[in-house]
Amino acid sequence: MENHAIEFRGITKRFGSVTANNNVDLYVDKGTIMSLLGENGSGKTTLMNMLAGIYMPDEGQIYVDGKPVSILSPKDAFDNGVGMIHQHFKLIDVFTAAENVALGINEGKYDLKDVAAKVTEICNKYGFDIDPAKKIYDMSVSEKQTVEIIKVLYRGANTLILDEPTAVLTPQETSKLFSIMKTMKEDGKAIIIITHKLNEVMEISDVVAVLRKGEHIATVKTSETNPQQLTEMMVGRAVELDIARKDPVNPVPRLTISNLTCRNSDGVVKLNNVSFVANGGEILGIAGIAGSGQKELLEAVAGLNKIDSGSIIYTPEGKEPAELVGLSPMKIKEAGVALAFVPEDRLGMGLVGGMGMTGNMMLRSWNKGKGPFIDRKGPEKLAADVFEFLEVKTPHIDYPVRKLSGGNVQKVLVGREIATSPSVLMSAYAVRGLDINTSYVIYDLMCEQKEKGTAVVFVGEDLDVLLQLCDRILVLCGGEVSGIVDARTTTKEEIGLLMTSVGGKEEN
Amino acid sequence: MNINIIALIRAAVLNGTPLLFGTSGEILTEKSGSLNLGVEGLMYMGGAFGLMGVFYYDRAAGAGANAFVAIMIAILCSLLAGMAGSLIFSFLTITLRANQNVTGLALTIFGTGLGQFVGEQMRIKVGGNVAISNGLKVVFADGVFPKAMQEIPVIGPLLFSYNIFVYIGIVIAAVMAYIMAKTRKGLYLKAVGESPSTADAAGINVTRYKYFATVLGGGISAVGGMVYTMTIAGTVWNHTGLAGEGWIAVALVIFCLWKPLNAIWGSILFGGLMIMYIRVPIAFIPSQIYKIIPYIVTAVVLVIVSLRQKKEDQPPASLGLPYFREER
Repeated sequence: MENHAIEFRGITKRFGSVTANNNVDLYVDKGTIMSLLGENGSGKTTLMNMLAGIYMPDEGQIYVDGKPVSILSPKDAFDNGVGMIHQHFKLIDVFTAAENVALGINEGKYDLKDVAAKVTEICNKYGFDIDPAKKIYDMSVSEKQTVEIIKVLYRGANTLILDEPTAVLTPQETSKLFSIMKTMKEDGKAIIIITHKLNEVMEISDVVAVLRKGEHIATVKTSETNPQQLTEMMVGRAVELDIARKDPVNPVPRLTISNLTCRNSDGVVKLNNVSFVANGGEILGIAGIAGSGQKELLEAVAGLNKIDSGSIIYTPEGKEPAELVGLSPMKIKEAGVALAFVPEDRLGMGLVGGMGMTGNMMLRSWNKGKGPFIDRKGPEKLAADVFEFLEVKTPHIDYPVRKLSGGNVQKVLVGREIATSPSVLMSAYAVRGLDINTSYVIYDLMCEQKEKGTAVVFVGEDLDVLLQLCDRILVLCGGEVSGIVDARTTTKEEIGLLMTSVGGKEEN
Repeated sequence: MNINIIALIRAAVLNGTPLLFGTSGEILTEKSGSLNLGVEGLMYMGGAFGLMGVFYYDRAAGAGANAFVAIMIAILCSLLAGMAGSLIFSFLTITLRANQNVTGLALTIFGTGLGQFVGEQMRIKVGGNVAISNGLKVVFADGVFPKAMQEIPVIGPLLFSYNIFVYIGIVIAAVMAYIMAKTRKGLYLKAVGESPSTADAAGINVTRYKYFATVLGGGISAVGGMVYTMTIAGTVWNHTGLAGEGWIAVALVIFCLWKPLNAIWGSILFGGLMIMYIRVPIAFIPSQIYKIIPYIVTAVVLVIVSLRQKKEDQPPASLGLPYFREER
């Protein structure tokens, strides 16, 4: 019998008092695509980081091709034919693709032309399309990911680990990635893919391994399982996978945006002539490739971004319409427009890493309270509520949020915004990187807000979710509205097409 | 007038040479992501220890002192002093991950103090100015090329009339530029400075690169201090002579956009700007204003570079940040 490509036996890893992986036994075979499923903080990435040499296991043994190995550094991982494509790309912006590929390879003469030639060779073999002389900062997310994969293949990796590779891709790019993964599988490589998206798990993988709270629950054949069963294994109990979308009741225009144009600080137009209406009692989804102007749009409405031209008319319930352009962010917030933006590095905007949950809750209410003293009681109660309701995993509510896992950081952020009971709730990437269970908690919260008559603006990445959750979907492309579609009747393909084209102008 | 300009350029080159060492060393350091603000201290240490080495060699060898040995001792003493200083910095910031700004400022205070202590101690011991015998003095100040070459009109004084350190400095900067642009080690060094986690994931030993670049860079910077005391200050210890050199070197790193080749002409320009107030006095401009021109130029360059947003001209992306692999 052939040896397993990779096998974990009794792997345990602890961070201080937190056990990230507990006695994990797991294997993957050559020519197989394995999905690694689990909630946030279930230890998927930690487990893979041990294989990639970023962390070292405290107990247990890793076997590569049947032989026990000790992987003490990323270099050891390469030497054993293991390559990891991290969620946050490990690329150097000011280097070209070839220079990035050449990093860490010490054999032979240093000749970038040679490297470029080999890169082209790999591209032809697996069907990539990359210019080796192109600088990383000029590349799209999908191209960067391709460079990451080439880097790993260049080193002759037999096992590839992809950490949430589709989180940042359009549907078209995702299907391209999947076909490449299949080519690599036929080439005899073992592939481990970490993902939260169950439909992708079902589509691409041969086997699924489920982790829960750091323990390996089961490995099942994809053909013999279904999303419902997988979710139950992941969460440990039955979970409702449907979003209870009700028809909007009596939608009234809440935000009327017309001809909005914005530039960033470099003078580049980020939003061009954007017009739409967000209705109360309705969820308006916003789709688009990352960086198409989603962030600028929300920031413009929140008063954080300077507006070149256009108007934003806000009509609160039972009050006269008012112009928001020109008002300070504070005034806009007081009027009831809330913004929950989850940036790529979750702490970048909205939370202070060194403060606990209470302190972060206070950021919304610092100007309240009597006299020169701030009110601690309110935020403390709010923090306790968010902690309990969204099941934030933290030792105590004053524990610095920087030290929480990504999903938990996000719960704190979104929980705080919803708690202000706004009449317009804008959220961007609210479920970015969150596990199924928590995602659905957040979707339910959004639906709840909608039923209360709030106008919800939901910028999302997962088109399946947008289609299920939203009432209407606005698609942005290059800062322009390329279409507004009815979420109940449209298809993923239609949105995907709109995401890459604006008024007949095709983008590659 | 013609002669004046040549003299001015010569003075600029001579004045810029300590800066060239200081800047080249700091570029090497910063390319690895370490922001060592202790250059001022390192140059003081280099100046004092370099002088000390030659001073005692001079006393021991007497009339039989050898020019080559004296120069080697000067370079070695200052280099080692600088390396020792930046080793402390490296241990604190790379291994213990202390704040680089604070540590660098502490190193400036420490280095200035130590340099003063050593220099003043020597001065008191000999009861006057620390100076070495005239025979050795000329070794440091005189041109290395034959007299005939130095006397070629215009080209001679402009290109061939300098002391040996001018040429050593240019060679160091050129070699550094070559290594960074054309070799694997240079690529890895830049990678470490841009994104240590990426370099680490690629199997590059981040800690070793950071230590190497920071320690050697500090040593090269310190040689600049020695060059100042041995050439410009005329081998005499003067406790205010070096003041500000290190800070201008730090500013010059920014001015040069972290490129060693730019450091060559940049240091000549700054060397010129520093002595303009003596050479080309303009009656209605107070010398104090004149002296701050290098800093104003740096500020202007910084503004222009920030506005242009050209990726290649930006500081190394991880500059000033500690790196810890298991940080989450």
